This record gives sequence, structure tokens and C-alpha cells, in this order.
Amino acid sequence: MSVIYILLAISILVAISFFIAFVVAVKSGQYDDSYTPSVRMLFEDELVKEKPKKISTNQKTNS
Amino acid sequence: MNELSMEHKTCFHCGLDATEADITFDEKPFCCNGCKTVYEIFSENDLTSYYDLQQAPGATPKDVEGKYNFLDNAKIVENLLEFNDDNTQIVSLYIPHIHCSSCIWVLENLHKLNPAVSSSMVNFGKKTARITYNAHELSLKNLVQLLSRIGYEPFISLDDYSVGKKNVDRSLIYKLGVAGFAFGNIMFLSFPEYFQVEEFWLEQFKHLFRWLMFAFSLPVVFYSAQDYFISAYKGLKSRILNIDVPIALGAAVLFIRSTAEIILDIGTGFFDSLAGLIFFLLLGKFFQQKTYSFLSFERDYKSYFPIGITKISADGDESSIQVYDIEKGDRLLIRNEELIPVDSILIKGKARIDYSFVTGESEAVSKKSGDKLYAGGKQVEGSIEIEVLKSVEQSYLTQLWSNDVFNKNKEDAFTTLTNAISKRFTVAILSIAFLATSYWLFTDSSKALNVFTAVLIIACPCAIALAAPFTLGNMLRIFGRQKFYAKNASVIEQLANINTIIFDKTGTITANKETAISYEGSQLSNAEEDFLKSTLRNSNHPLSRSLYTLLKENNIVPIENYEEHIGKGIEAQYNESFMKIGSAPFVGLQSDVKNLNTEVHVSTNNTYKGKFTFYNRYRKGLSKLFNQLKATYDLVILSGDNAGEQENLTKLLPAKTKLLFNQKPEDKLEYIKHHQNSGAKVLMVGDGLNDAGALAQSDVGIAISENVNVFSPACDAILDASNFNSLYYFIKASKSAITIIKWSFLLSLVYNSIGLYFAVTGQLAPVIAAILMPLSSISIVVFTTISTNLVGKKIQQKVEKT
Repeated sequence: MSVIYILLAISILVAISFFIAFVVAVKSGQYDDSYTPSVRMLFEDELVKEKPKKISTNQKTNS
Repeated sequence: MNELSMEHKTCFHCGLDATEADITFDEKPFCCNGCKTVYEIFSENDLTSYYDLQQAPGATPKDVEGKYNFLDNAKIVENLLEFNDDNTQIVSLYIPHIHCSSCIWVLENLHKLNPAVSSSMVNFGKKTARITYNAHELSLKNLVQLLSRIGYEPFISLDDYSVGKKNVDRSLIYKLGVAGFAFGNIMFLSFPEYFQVEEFWLEQFKHLFRWLMFAFSLPVVFYSAQDYFISAYKGLKSRILNIDVPIALGAAVLFIRSTAEIILDIGTGFFDSLAGLIFFLLLGKFFQQKTYSFLSFERDYKSYFPIGITKISADGDESSIQVYDIEKGDRLLIRNEELIPVDSILIKGKARIDYSFVTGESEAVSKKSGDKLYAGGKQVEGSIEIEVLKSVEQSYLTQLWSNDVFNKNKEDAFTTLTNAISKRFTVAILSIAFLATSYWLFTDSSKALNVFTAVLIIACPCAIALAAPFTLGNMLRIFGRQKFYAKNASVIEQLANINTIIFDKTGTITANKETAISYEGSQLSNAEEDFLKSTLRNSNHPLSRSLYTLLKENNIVPIENYEEHIGKGIEAQYNESFMKIGSAPFVGLQSDVKNLNTEVHVSTNNTYKGKFTFYNRYRKGLSKLFNQLKATYDLVILSGDNAGEQENLTKLLPAKTKLLFNQKPEDKLEYIKHHQNSGAKVLMVGDGLNDAGALAQSDVGIAISENVNVFSPACDAILDASNFNSLYYFIKASKSAITIIKWSFLLSLVYNSIGLYFAVTGQLAPVIAAILMPLSSISIVVFTTISTNLVGKKIQQKVEKT
């Protein structure tokens, strides 16, 4: 049953790593603006309409 | 074209009426060349998706020629930049026009318009864009001009200058995160002992589990809960039993008793209850902390003042200097629409100064050279030259801010309902604890300490402490949806307590944009009316514009020899007749009678015709609002304006309303102070900088704003002008909120009594505490949320009706 020590250690490590992730996220300002990102993520879809024009120029430069 | 112009068209760029303008580009109608230009810029740069995301999202670009010359001054630029290194510069600009997803999109694609911009990030809530650019290729001035050209003119004021780099306070989120993290983990660790008693393996490991729980509770007590300990200590020091005293006492007892239990191997302790308690309390605090990041409640004159101004040196050179560097004796150039930042003397040019910021007087005044000009006035006609009399800080307007009221924190001075209750509550709990302990000392002394700590633990007023934050926090949100933005929760509590309401006149009970006119004099013929309207059409003067829009539809005739005499009036010719419109002396009327109202006189062919008199138009439903309020509140109108409207107001408002005119900003402040000393709880409703002192002095200061994104002086709450008539319902809802809090107190007392029964009889097991404490907290949250939402629904219906 002493395996429980290892399990406990792992579980706490996992918990703490999530906690660190949370702190890092807060620090980077993720919680400062909770609205704009929700709009920003939709932009690419809206752009599709005029993409053909741009893709052709982009592809030329890329290849 | 003709058939098209018959139907109604709206500008493709900004959505305004484009029927008359008749500008078409790319088969799309535009209301003006400015909008067309923006469209051209966007279409040339593959940015037309701007119009796909939202219909007509744009704003007409304004002429900014010369306005941003102060950005040539390296010292000013340096102070505005957030980051400045060789070829990377970062600046955060406040852009009031940001209002839709198109705005976000186009601003974040700024690099397509100018490659010197490497990235831009929009914060929609704050209406700011954080732009990274290369100053070698693009100066800040050009960047600002680029933004202005596409209709996103940033607003740069003296406020940006002195604040510097702001630090965001995120400590509450951290504390909440720590408490939540520890709460979850401690719960897992404490579960086994709740369910499996005296099982072999559990006996083996329970010590480890307990010490782990202890370890997790340390950051909760010493980090997350520190505010409660600090606040309780401060409260005790100033001999106030605030709500944090019993909370801190409960948390401390929980921690000490639990630690003692595991050290002495008596039991598991109450670590889960402890962490849960702190977690729920912080959650309440977090919920209450509803902030409207796009609003500022702390604005003073700095938010209105420009950063830089044009100085004219002795040999006539113009240079930009920052406002704080202005010295006595300097010569300054004030352009059209610029604000005069210091008290000064007019040297050159015709000044027409709009003092509405300072005095609330809506009418611009004319000044001639040699006249004294006060800081805060806005030049509205052409450029002038002035000589400085006093520096910025010593000017008449800015001195208002040296008054003590601006340094007082209203929140601190106010005893909240929670704190008022907590005083009695703490006393009661302590007496119960001592009574129960002394009883057990005589019957079974081994249990005495157990009972004493158990009472303090279970009585910890978690539910009471949560009632107000959740009720008021939710109310803040409900009000926010109805365009009434309160600074914090205590504003709602104070609003429920007021007994006197004081209104400013101009801009508060009158609508800024709307005026009514009446005509006196000899009847104008149809031809003359056409002529009048056509002449007015050419003028940009505010009075001409409002007269133009107020006159009924007329035929537009081609006029000749149009001439504008600044500060006097306009004249024009049509066929053989002449027309003069303007001040009385200008049209040739000799009269010594000083009239208080705003008038425009008209003469044709040197014969005096008559005058148009402008009246304030009061907000719709004003009488109804006053009649609703008159039963409960003392009503006063304090106006900076002259008494020209007295007669009108007496007719319109209930008889008991007090009317006071010609009130200077300090007079308003003193008036409120005087009444507060005789016990009045004052709600001040105002709009301009001239009300700033009164708003700060009053118990609750509400600023009325036609556009909440633009300006409002420092205040406790901002109310959108469109919902001004619903003021009564907001006050009523605040009162309901207080009732809800009182009911929640009652509810939590029921829980406390149940808990106290277990505590006093010495049967408080950790598992009971672990169930009872979250249960009481959650039920309070549910109760307050549901009942505030019911109140919210009611006011929504009322507001929609009015």
C-alpha cells in the first residue's frame, strides 16, 4: 500500500502544475479582457469571402 | 441618379442619412467625402471585410489638421509611450469610437495600412488599442493621424500624461484561485475520514492526510484571508465591530483548533470548512467587484485638458509645449475647438468661448481683446492668441479640485447595513459563546473549550457576509443593463437612504441637443422663409445649425454674396433682396433691454423683421418623474444658468420644488454641505464639470450622460440620458435590494441557530460544519440571486414603459 505515497505525490504535483498554469494565465493578462478574444476568434471565418484573392498572392510568395 | 435620389439612402460607411449628399462611389452611397475617403482607404488595402462584419460601422473622420502638433514634442511622446526602445514603441490609445466587432477587426489589421505597425491589440471593454510600431518609420503623430483618417480618432488628454504606466491589481483573482485550489484539494483529502471510520488502511494514512490538509490550509489563512484579518484589526483599532471581525475570529479559531486537533491527534479538524469559508467569501467579493472598464468614475479636469498647446515665442515661432510647462506671461495660440487650459487675457482674434464645461451655461460668450478668459472654456470660432495669467494648477477651474471633498472616500464614511448588523451579531455570538462555555465548565469541563471554539466556528457569519455582496453585485449588473452604471455596491445602499434630490438644470433636466424656438415679429413671407433657410444652410455656427434643423422644410434657393461675420451674424443676397441674421446690433435693432434668453434676429433689406427665441427643451417625462419623486423626497434645482427659465420651470414642476439660479460651482457644493449638516442625505444629479464639486460632496452623485463613452465628471454613478426618466425606479429598486439583504440576514440567522444548537450541546462534528457552512452560503446566494432578478425584471418592464 505504500504505493499511495507515490500516487499522492503525483496527484499533488499535477494539482500544483495546474495551479501554476492558472497563475501564469492570470499574470499574462488573460483575465483582464474577457470579451475581445471571443470576438477575435471569429474573424478568420468572416475573411473567407475575400480570401481567394489573397491566397493566390500568398501562395506565390510561399512557394 | 434622379430616380435613386428619391429613395432613402444611408451612408455605407457610417449609417447616417445619405439621401441629400448624393455621393456615390463603387455603387455605394456616402453621406460625405470623409466617409467616402475612409472607404477608399479600406478598399485599396483589402480591408473591406470591415463592412461585412457589421453594417455601416464607421465614423466620419474629423479634420485634425494641426490638432496633434503637440506630438512633435519628444518629451510628450516619451510620456505617452508604454514601451520605448530603439525601433519598437508601444502605445495604448483610448479610442472612443470602438463599438463593434468591425472596429476590433480593422484596428487589429492596422499593419495592412501601414507596415511600420507591427501589431495592435484591442481591448473592447476598455476601448483601447495597444499598438506596437516602429518610430523610425512612423511617428506617433502620424499614427494618430492615420487613426483619425479612418474615423478612429484617439482621445489623448492630460490624464494619460500624468498616470504613466498603470499596474493592474489582480490580487483578488490570485487569492480566489489559491483558496479554490486549496478548498478542492482539502475536500478530497478529508472525504475518506468522513465516510470510512476506523478502517485499517485509513488509520495508517490519516496522519499524512491531515498534515497535507494542514499544508494546503496555510496559504489560505495567510494569503487568501489576509484582507479579513487586516480589516478586522483596523476595525478594532478604530473601535468598530465590522463584519470582518467575526469572520477573522471564526477563521482564526478554525485554524487554531484544527491544528491543535491534528497535533494532539484528537480529530481531523475543520480545514475543509475553513478553506470553503474563505473561498465563498472571496467569491462574493469578486462578484461584487463589477467594474465597468469603459467608464471612469474618477475623472477630474485632467481628462478634459489637452496635453500640449501651441506656444508663440517672441519672434513669432510656433512650438508645441506641454500644458504643465506653461508659465505666466507666455503667449499661446488656441485653435478652433481647442480648450483654454489656463486663466489668460485675450490678445488677438475674436473669441467666442463655450464655458459649458465650467458653468453649465449652454450659450457661448463673445470676448474681445483685453478680456479675461478662464481656464476650461472652449474656443468655438477661429483661432485666438492669449497671454497666460496663471499656471494650470493655479487657475480658477483647477482650484476647485483642491477642495477637500475630492480627497474624501465616501465608501469609508458610510456604515453599511452589513456592518451595522455585525456589531450586534458579534456581541450576541460572544455572549452565547461565554454563556455556553461557563455552563459546560460546571457540568463537563473537558468539553468547555470544545464548545467555545465550536460556537465561534459555526457562528462565523459567512452567509451574512455574502448576502450584501451578492444582492448588490447582482443589482449593479441589472442596473448596468438599464444603462445605469454605479461605481460600486455601496452606492446602491446609499441610494436607498437618500431623502433630498438636487438637480442641475442645463444638460441634466434639459436635453443638450434639443431646443425649441418661437418667433416674434412681423410674419415672414414664404419667399423670405426659403431665403432664411437657404442662408442658414451655409453657416456652421451652432445657433444657425439648430435654427436650420428646427425650421420646417423649405425650398432651397441659390444665394449669393454669402458672408459670415464672426461673433455678429451672417448676411446673404438672393435676387434683389438682402438678409441679415444674427445679433440685435448686427441686424440694426437698437435696444438696451438685456434679454436673458438666446435670440437670433432677422432683417431683410435693412428692415427689422423679428427674432427667434431659443428655449431649453426639457427631457420628456420630466414632470412625471418629479411628481413620482415629490411624495418621498425634497426636490431642488440648482442651476448655474440665469433665471430666464424660472417661469417655465415653475409651471412644469411640482410646487414644492425649490429653484435656485446663478449658482457657481462652489455655491452648489456649499449648498449641499449645508443641508447635509442638518441631516439631509443628498442625491445630486448633474452633468458638467461645474457640478463636480457638488457630485463629490453629495451622498450619491449621479452624472447624466448623453453618451456614456464620452465624458462625465467624477461621480458615484453614471446614468444614460435616455433612461433619465426612470430614476425613480432605480431608487425604488435600491430600496428593494436592501429589503432582500434584510431577509437574507434572517435566513442566515436560521442556519446559525441550527449550527449553534450543535455547537452549544458540544456535538459539532467536522462533517456537520462541512455540510452546514457551504449549504447556508449557497442557499443565501441562490435566494439573493433569484429575488434580485425578480426585482430586475420589474424595473426592466417599468423602464421600457417610460
